[in-house]
Amino acid sequence: MDSDDYEISVSVNGVQYRRRVESRLLLSDFLRHDLALAGTHVGCEHGVCGACTVLLDGHPVRSCLMLAVQAEHHEISTIEGLTTKDGTYHPLQQAMHDHHGLQCGYCTPGILMTMTAFLDENLAPSEDEVREALSGNLCRCTGYQNIVDAVMTAAARMRG
Amino acid sequence: MPVAQDRIFDCPHASAMKPAPFKYIAATSLEHALALKGEHGDDAKFLAGGQSLMPTMNFRLAQPAILIDLNRIEGLGAIRPCDAGGARIGALTRYRTLERDAGFARMFPLIAEALPHIAHPQIRNRGTIGGNLSHADPASELPAIMVALGARFRIQAAKQERWVEASDFFLGALTTDLQPDEMLVEVELPLSKPRTGSCFMEIARRRGDFAIVGVAAMMTLDEQEECTHVRLTFCGVGETPIDASSAADPLVGRAPTEAAICDVAASVQAMIDPGGSVHATADYQRHVAGVLTERALQTAYQRAHHGQ
Repeated sequence: MDSDDYEISVSVNGVQYRRRVESRLLLSDFLRHDLALAGTHVGCEHGVCGACTVLLDGHPVRSCLMLAVQAEHHEISTIEGLTTKDGTYHPLQQAMHDHHGLQCGYCTPGILMTMTAFLDENLAPSEDEVREALSGNLCRCTGYQNIVDAVMTAAARMRG
Repeated sequence: MPVAQDRIFDCPHASAMKPAPFKYIAATSLEHALALKGEHGDDAKFLAGGQSLMPTMNFRLAQPAILIDLNRIEGLGAIRPCDAGGARIGALTRYRTLERDAGFARMFPLIAEALPHIAHPQIRNRGTIGGNLSHADPASELPAIMVALGARFRIQAAKQERWVEASDFFLGALTTDLQPDEMLVEVELPLSKPRTGSCFMEIARRRGDFAIVGVAAMMTLDEQEECTHVRLTFCGVGETPIDASSAADPLVGRAPTEAAICDVAASVQAMIDPGGSVHATADYQRHVAGVLTERALQTAYQRAHHGQ
């Protein structure tokens, strides 16, 4: 079978990319290998672990369960776009640092994408709501408590 | 918008592909999608949310020759009221849309109660109602709920359409009544009678995992507080959603006392034949089904009684 290739145009973190990709290329692999945006991590590659979570038009999705060709004409946001241009951390990144919310850091990009989108919708969450929102991201190091603390702190700081 | 500079990134795995090769076609309309499916039959798969299909393709358990992407079809994800009351949900409606629709939650509290149990937020942002039902995972919540609600599905092929009752749609594990040229395009949900209470509960190893046992219960009361209608369905305890409503029939025409509900739970335990798994033995599933039956019927009764 000939390679089923497509020319696609995708916006990632506000930057427009044009690439020729095979239809079966996953969005996660496209980001990492074709765009060199390796901050999106790949864990289980079948939608369980949440490490590859990116935002599709602002909503968290598993990038391992989408094809790169499906991202055409959509806006993708990845961990690389979370820090402002002058290097200032997102409040959740700072809070994760302050609370020691990561150890090996493998799950962290997915968690940051999931939880920054969550905070966009709910700036005054309960701890239970935070845990529910976090339920689709596996972390094998922290036991989650410090991540939950970080999200609660980030929410409080963002409320001002 | 800035345009990216080409960067050179030499990755030894750059050629690695998870799914087997396929021909991708983004359908531009429902007619287009159905024509393609009519042409290619079982060689083709519809791609809706992809939350069940893509994992099986990543494992190469599914290797469709043709992948027909439905995501660019306008109007396939709409929720609209139907003439007889109730609502019609387009196949491409995502869980997320239902979850954030307060009016829908008031009309169909049973679905609203079950949605948080369906996987995780990221999956619900992408997964679709039609995709879930067509996939027909026996542990999935929605098939059992559709049977409990008495939903009907509109099934379309290129040249004809038909309606199928939810109770006739699920034939086996991952097997439905859909023919190779057909698509489930719409779900019709009838409105419940006044004084109906519902309840969905499940036990899973972790929140968001597939149910070890899940139960959907609906109960309607009359002015004398007697039960006039009861539905009781399960997920996770058989090859299809299991309709155990007949076990609850003795409640009809009387006040659903604790003792009567307890008897229903015993009947359910005798009726079901769960397969058991590495996570839960069949005996444990049967036990849990009984416990959940009692809790769910009690809750549905209380909600009907208090008009919730």
